[in-house]
Amino acid sequence: MTVKINGTEETIDDGLSISGLLKKKDVDMPDMVSVELNGEILDRELFDSTVVKQGDDIEFLYFMGGGQR
Amino acid sequence: MLNDEQIERYSRHIILKDIGGTGQEKILNGKVLIIGMGGLGAPAALYLAAAGVGTLGLVDGDVVDLSNLQRQVIHFTPDVGRPKVESAKEKIAQINPDVKVNTHHTLATADTIIDLMKDYDFIIDGTDNFPAKFLINDACVIAKKPYSHGGILRFDGQTLTHTPGEMCYRCVFHSPPPPNAVPTCSQAGVLGAIAGMLGTMQAAEALKYLTGVGDLLTNKLLIFNAKNMAFRTVKMKRNPKCPVCGDNPTITQLEDYEQAICALKK
Ligand SMILES: [Zn+2]
Repeated sequence: MTVKINGTEETIDDGLSISGLLKKKDVDMPDMVSVELNGEILDRELFDSTVVKQGDDIEFLYFMGGGQR
Repeated sequence: MLNDEQIERYSRHIILKDIGGTGQEKILNGKVLIIGMGGLGAPAALYLAAAGVGTLGLVDGDVVDLSNLQRQVIHFTPDVGRPKVESAKEKIAQINPDVKVNTHHTLATADTIIDLMKDYDFIIDGTDNFPAKFLINDACVIAKKPYSHGGILRFDGQTLTHTPGEMCYRCVFHSPPPPNAVPTCSQAGVLGAIAGMLGTMQAAEALKYLTGVGDLLTNKLLIFNAKNMAFRTVKMKRNPKCPVCGDNPTITQLEDYEQAICALKK
């Protein structure tokens, strides 16, 4: 099925959870990423139980510090 | 009223039909606090000074280091070892004597930040660490102050603008990452010009806020990667479960978070 990840259409396996997708995308520290699913920030506790559906719009958002030193 | 010299100095603003003389007067009456006089704060301060922002507050407890000069363009080689706020104040005075500068050679803390912010219309987060970024966010939400968040790393940058009642930084990033989980610029590096790109975006947001021109970057997160010059704006909204601006906030007073940077000082 196709979903949009960070603005780009991608084909992924059916039945993946958000956690599974993060693993597939080689995000080794899922604690460090916020996930927006169809316009809403997804609770971290729901990463395992939320199954990705056809047409989902998913954003992986990363911490970015920096600027002063 | 603008005097003749101001009409000439700010003529490129004044001929913009969205700004005009009235908009320029708003800028001259504007007060912006910049927290962090480094990679983001430096370009922001230069442009806000040139634009004629009436009062600029500068908060930074550091002194200029040789390794800062690669991107912190308000500081020059002879400034190494001087307090950043002093170095910046001197340049601002040379760019534009219209601007009043208040310097605070200190770190913003939970005890002091609300007081530091209280006389200002708009705040710019130019800090480099998550404890400070979360503190600024929480303080702005609690004190109902608009502010611009900015973060840079390597070739990437991201920014959002918060105004009272709209989505805040914690709506996206619930709580600070564990110390050292996310590298800082001093660990991972940053392309100097990225700081300029993002700091000037923050300055533009401040000027838009003061003049009321256009749409602010509220309820959006702008993310860019300079390697392929890809810019993206992600639509967001206030998170009802946000710990500080949500429907049942758990953060109602400020606290200092552990300073992740301590670990970098060895
Ligand atoms: Zn919030």
